[in-house]
Amino acid sequence: MGNWQAKWRRIWALTRKESRQVLRDPSSVAIGIVFPLMMILLFGYGISLDVTRVTVAVVDNDASSDSAALVGAFRLSPNFVVRTTRSMSEATGLMLDRQVDGILQIPSDFDRRRHADGADVQIIVNGSDANQARIMQAYAAGPVAAWSAADPSVASSGAVMVVDRLWFNEADDSHYFLVPGLIVLVMTIIGAFLTAMVVAREWERGTLEALFVTPMRPGEFLVSKFIPYFALGMIGFALCFLAGKFLFHVPLRGSMLLLCLASIVYLVVALGIGLLVSTLVKSQFLASQLAMLLTFLPAMMLSGFIYDLRSMPVVIRGITYALPARYAVTLLQTLYLAGDVDGVIWLNTGVLALMAALLILATRLATRKRLA
Amino acid sequence: MRASLIRILALIRKEFLAVLKDPRSRFIIFLPPLLQCLIFGYAASFDLNTVPYAVLDQDHSAASVALLARLDGSGVFERRANLTRAQDIALSIDSGRALLVIQIDQDFERNLLSGRATPLEVIADGRNSNTAGTALGYLGSVVQGFNSDWIDEHGGTPPVVRVVNRAWYNPNLDSRWTMIPSLIGTLTMMGTMMLTALSVAREREQGTFDQLLVTPFRPSEIMAGKAIPNIAIGLGQATTILLVAQVWFRIPFAGSFAVLYAGLCLFLMAAVGLGLFVSSIAKTMQQAMLYAFLLAMPFVLLSGFTTPFSSMPDVLQTAMVINPLRYALDITKRVYLEGAGFDNLLSDFIPLFAIGLLTLSGAAWLFRKRLT
Repeated sequence: MGNWQAKWRRIWALTRKESRQVLRDPSSVAIGIVFPLMMILLFGYGISLDVTRVTVAVVDNDASSDSAALVGAFRLSPNFVVRTTRSMSEATGLMLDRQVDGILQIPSDFDRRRHADGADVQIIVNGSDANQARIMQAYAAGPVAAWSAADPSVASSGAVMVVDRLWFNEADDSHYFLVPGLIVLVMTIIGAFLTAMVVAREWERGTLEALFVTPMRPGEFLVSKFIPYFALGMIGFALCFLAGKFLFHVPLRGSMLLLCLASIVYLVVALGIGLLVSTLVKSQFLASQLAMLLTFLPAMMLSGFIYDLRSMPVVIRGITYALPARYAVTLLQTLYLAGDVDGVIWLNTGVLALMAALLILATRLATRKRLA
Repeated sequence: MRASLIRILALIRKEFLAVLKDPRSRFIIFLPPLLQCLIFGYAASFDLNTVPYAVLDQDHSAASVALLARLDGSGVFERRANLTRAQDIALSIDSGRALLVIQIDQDFERNLLSGRATPLEVIADGRNSNTAGTALGYLGSVVQGFNSDWIDEHGGTPPVVRVVNRAWYNPNLDSRWTMIPSLIGTLTMMGTMMLTALSVAREREQGTFDQLLVTPFRPSEIMAGKAIPNIAIGLGQATTILLVAQVWFRIPFAGSFAVLYAGLCLFLMAAVGLGLFVSSIAKTMQQAMLYAFLLAMPFVLLSGFTTPFSSMPDVLQTAMVINPLRYALDITKRVYLEGAGFDNLLSDFIPLFAIGLLTLSGAAWLFRKRLT
C-alpha cells in the first residue's frame, strides 16, 4: 500500500515541477495557446485555396464590335481583371514582369471566321503557378460561354452539360476541410514538437542523471512528462474546435464523443513520437530537427490535409500509411463532414491506438535501458 | 582591418566545426532537404493521377455506354462500381470508394438525339474541395470531347468560338514544376533560420556566449562569424535541392545561375538575420526553436507556397512586405521557369536586401547591448 502511495507522490511532485516549468516558459505557452490561435486566424481569414481573381492582358487584333463584346464578357466576369494592351509584345512583357497572370489573344480574322467555320481565341496562362493556371483556364470558359449564349445567331445543339453537386461540403468552402486538418496540425506541434526537446534537455543539462539516483522509476518519469503536455494539447484542441464551431460554422456531422476520443488517441501518438525521439537522440538540436522532419512536415504535406493522397504515386502513398497524421486527418475529416461512418472510424482509430501503444512501449523500453 | 578579418575567419571555422563535426548533425542538415524535396516532388501535387468513380447508368443506351467508355479510356478515371440503385450513391461517397458518382438518367440518349441540352448529374466527394474541383475539371474536358464527337457524328451546330489553351513556362501545367523551385526557398529558410537561432541559443545555454563577449571580438564580428557559415550552409542546401530538380526531376532551367544565386544570397542574409534576431530574445534552445518556428510558420503559409498569394486579404498582402520567403519564391520560380533576369527582379532584390541589412545590423546591435 505504502509503496503505491510513494509512487503517486513521486509522480505528483514531478508533474508539478514539469507543469511549472511549462507555465513559466513563455515559449511553451506561445506554442500551446498562441500557435493554435495564429493558425486558426491564418487558415480562417488569411489564406484560401480558392483562386479569386486573375489579371488577364487582352490583345484584340480584330477590334470589331464582336471582339469588343467578348472582351466585355471578360470584364463582367467576377474572376477576371482585364488589362488592355496594344500588341502581343507588350502583353508578353507584362507577363514576364508578373503584372498579368495570362493573355487573351483575339485573332485579326475573328469576326470573319466566326460567321464561317468558327473562330479561335487563344488563352495563354503563366504555367509557373500550375494550379492557378489550370483554374484560370477553367474560369475562361465562363465568359466565353456567356458571350456565346448572348448571341442570337447561335442555335442550341444537343450537348451534355455537367451538373455537379459537392456532397458534405455544398458551399465548396475551403474552411470545411481545413478545420479538421488544423486540429491535427496543432496537436502534432504541441504533442511532438514541444516534447521532443524536454527529455533531451534533461540529458544535456545532466538533470536526468541526477534523477536516476532518486527512487523515481522510468515509468513515473514518463508519466510526469506526459501529463502537462497532454493538457496543453487538449487546450489547443478545444481552441480549434470552438473556432470551427463558432467562427467558421463548420458543422460537426459525427458525434462529439467520437471526435474527442479520436483527438485524444492522436495526441497520445504525437506525444509518444516526441518523447521517443527525445529519449533516443539526447540532443536538443537533433531532436528538434528530427521532430520537424518526422511530424510537422508529414502532417502538413502527406496527411491529405492540403495535398490529396489519391494524387500521390504508390511509393509515397505507401509511406503515408506509416504516418499517424494520415489516419488522424481521414478520421477527423470523416467525423466532421460525413458523420459516424463506422467502418472508416473504427479502422483509423484502431490503427492510431495501436501506434500509440507501440510508441509508449518503445519509449518506456528506451528509458529503462538508459537507466541500467 | 586585417586583425578583424582573421578574427572573423577563426569564428567561421569554429562555427563550421561546431555544426559539421558531429556526423549525426551533418546528416540532419543535408538529409531532410534532400528527402523532403524527393517526397514533396512526388506528393505535393494538385494533379490527380486517378479519379475513382462509380456510375448509376439508368439509360443503358449507346450514348451512355460511349460516354462511359470515353471516361474509362481517359487513363485517369477508374470505374470502381456500377450502381443499380440511387440509395447506393451515398454509400460509395461515404466510404471514400468513389470520388465522383455519375448519374445518367433514363432519357439521356433521347434528349441528346432531340438536340436538347442534356444534364449529366455528378456528385462529388467534397471532403477535400480542391480535389473535387480538379476531378470535376477533368470530367468537364472528357465531356467536352464527347460533345464535339457527338456533333460530328449526329450533326448540329458547332460552337462558334473555340478556346485554344496554351501555357507558357510550364506547357503541361505540371504542379511539380511549380513545387520544386518553390522548395528551394521554403526548405532553406526553415533550415537556416532554425540553425542560426539554435547556434546562438546553444552558446547561451552552455555559457560560451558570455565567454565570447569578453574576447576582443566586436559585436559586428560576432554577428558576421555567426551569419556567414549559416548562409554558406543554406547555399549548400539550396544547391542540393537544385541538383535534385535538375538531375532527378529533369525540370528545365530557363534562367541564369548568376541571377539565382545572387537572389539566394540576399534571401539567406535575410533569413539568417531573422534567425539571429530570434536568438537574441531566446534564453534557451527550446525557446529559440519554438520562436523560430512561430515566426517561420506564418511566413511559409502566407508566402504563396501552398495557396495563391493574390487571394489573401489586402491587409495581409501588405503586411507580407517583411516576408523574405515571398520574394524568394518569386525569384526562384521566375528565374527557374520563366528565365527572368536582374531587371525583372529588382522589386524582389531591393526588399530582400533591406530586410537583410536591417535584421543583421539589428542583431549586431543586440549583441552590443548585452555587452554593456
